[in-house]
Amino acid sequence: MRFEPGREYSKVAVVGGIYSNYLALEVCLADARHQGVEAVMCLGDLGAFGPHPDRVFPLLDAPDVSVIRGNYDDSIARGLDDCQCGYTDPRDNHFARLSYRYTFSNTAPANRAWMAGLPGEHRFRLGELDVLACHGSPRQMNEFLWESTTPMHFLEKLARDHDADVILGTHTGIHWVGRLPGARAYVNAGALGRPANDGRTEVWYAILEAHGRDLDVSFRPVEYDYRRLGTEMAEEGLPEEFIETLETGWWTTCLEILPGKERARGRF
Amino acid sequence: MPNLNLALAAPPSVRLTALDQLWFQVSGTVCNLRCHHCFISCAPDNHSLWFMSRRQVREALADSRELGVKEYYFTGGEPFMNRDIEGMLEDTLTLGPATVLTNGTLLPPRRVEGLGRLAEASRYTLEMRVSIDGVTPEMNDAIRGAGTFDRALEGVGRLVAAGFLPIITTMQSWPDRETDTILAAFREVLAGVGYARPRLKVLPPLLMGAEAERTRGYLPTERVTAEMLEGYDVDQLLCSRARLVTADGVLPCPILADVPGSRLSTGLTEGAELPVRLTEQACYTCYLNGAICANMPSGTGDYG
Repeated sequence: MRFEPGREYSKVAVVGGIYSNYLALEVCLADARHQGVEAVMCLGDLGAFGPHPDRVFPLLDAPDVSVIRGNYDDSIARGLDDCQCGYTDPRDNHFARLSYRYTFSNTAPANRAWMAGLPGEHRFRLGELDVLACHGSPRQMNEFLWESTTPMHFLEKLARDHDADVILGTHTGIHWVGRLPGARAYVNAGALGRPANDGRTEVWYAILEAHGRDLDVSFRPVEYDYRRLGTEMAEEGLPEEFIETLETGWWTTCLEILPGKERARGRF
Repeated sequence: MPNLNLALAAPPSVRLTALDQLWFQVSGTVCNLRCHHCFISCAPDNHSLWFMSRRQVREALADSRELGVKEYYFTGGEPFMNRDIEGMLEDTLTLGPATVLTNGTLLPPRRVEGLGRLAEASRYTLEMRVSIDGVTPEMNDAIRGAGTFDRALEGVGRLVAAGFLPIITTMQSWPDRETDTILAAFREVLAGVGYARPRLKVLPPLLMGAEAERTRGYLPTERVTAEMLEGYDVDQLLCSRARLVTADGVLPCPILADVPGSRLSTGLTEGAELPVRLTEQACYTCYLNGAICANMPSGTGDYG
């Protein structure tokens, strides 16, 4: 089914940050279509971390896929100095810069122009629920909404302020769902780009299905050829630390942004 | 040549964009230490701002739900001087994430075990932020007092053993070129008490209170003017995102806790509606460095 903003759906896939992981994206799209979703919502951050950033664009150029702009896409499209993640830790900054420079210099101008034209949010109906799809939060593209630092009353305020029953987001890289009274919810779709700091090599996306105001949210693991991705990253001169994350499922970089609870679950 | 006319211009006002951070001055200006760099000169005998009660914290927590507060911070003075701190944290952690800013010297084993249980029981994170101002007893104790380096490190060791990953904050008292060396030394010292993956946060000094005596106060030109806010992302200022609740009412932010005339209101809801006038020179440090008091940078741009 062709994605059209404002249209009513009953079952959709929601895909978080891709970070150039085109191999996981291929598997995810095939799985989502096999599950019978009517549309795929990609919440942005197409580049970063992985190799060959241009390879995700042909996969996203499909009638049933809709893409909104993440902070990384915004930075690459506008030629900003960094990814707008706001790191202050010198080590995190070092790796973020390496990744950003690689992605920027390997993204074709045509794809940069395409990202510049992406919307910052999408609204549509899922069953009888009004859904708002965004990257970080509805009020700030690069806002982190972690499970351990996001109060339910804060989510309720976001839903109220932005006239939405369901808010979809990504940006953190770890999937979770916050259920609110009145069949409302916040769903963080996690990321396809790298594992969820859980010691597993799979990456994650979400499928949402609604009948009336009954919402079902399920997170699906994506098994993909992470060894091949790691080999390509090594060939491209990307850091060994990134490849270690693919192979172990533990984050080795971008650690500063993790709240204590999420960080304590990881190894580093 | 600094433009002295800037100092005479009327201070600009900042309205709250959203009440993301709610700060509690739970032990007022009372602290078991007497640090030479304290921007509100907290000390055992500074009673200008008194302890908060658990009931006062509960009332503000109730108001905070409607206001959509995202994070709760507990400061002082030394928060663990307040005998009700554990109860306050227990109340808070049913609603959202809590951070305690402590000097780490009042963390006996039983207390740390209790904090570990509180952290474990909540879906929200409980962050412990421990201030250590040097990588040797000589460097730290010259600022924070004799024996405080060893006592704070002992506290950090206990927190780590209880499952915490404390955020170690340190005021920058060295030239920028030495930062890498100092941070490496911090990692080594912390590894010595079992903290293998430390979270480090370097803060700029605030040139007020005891620190103004230790180094220097603000220059007349070091203040925020309306012109300086043109094209500036006001959300970098803490007062656009935060309020401080004390035993004596609501203030713009923790830096102004002991500044006469900075009180906004009795209740939180009213204090959230009132604009903050950037009259204080400490606002200049916040202007230059962004909202330094939060655990994490709040992100830049695209807000609103």
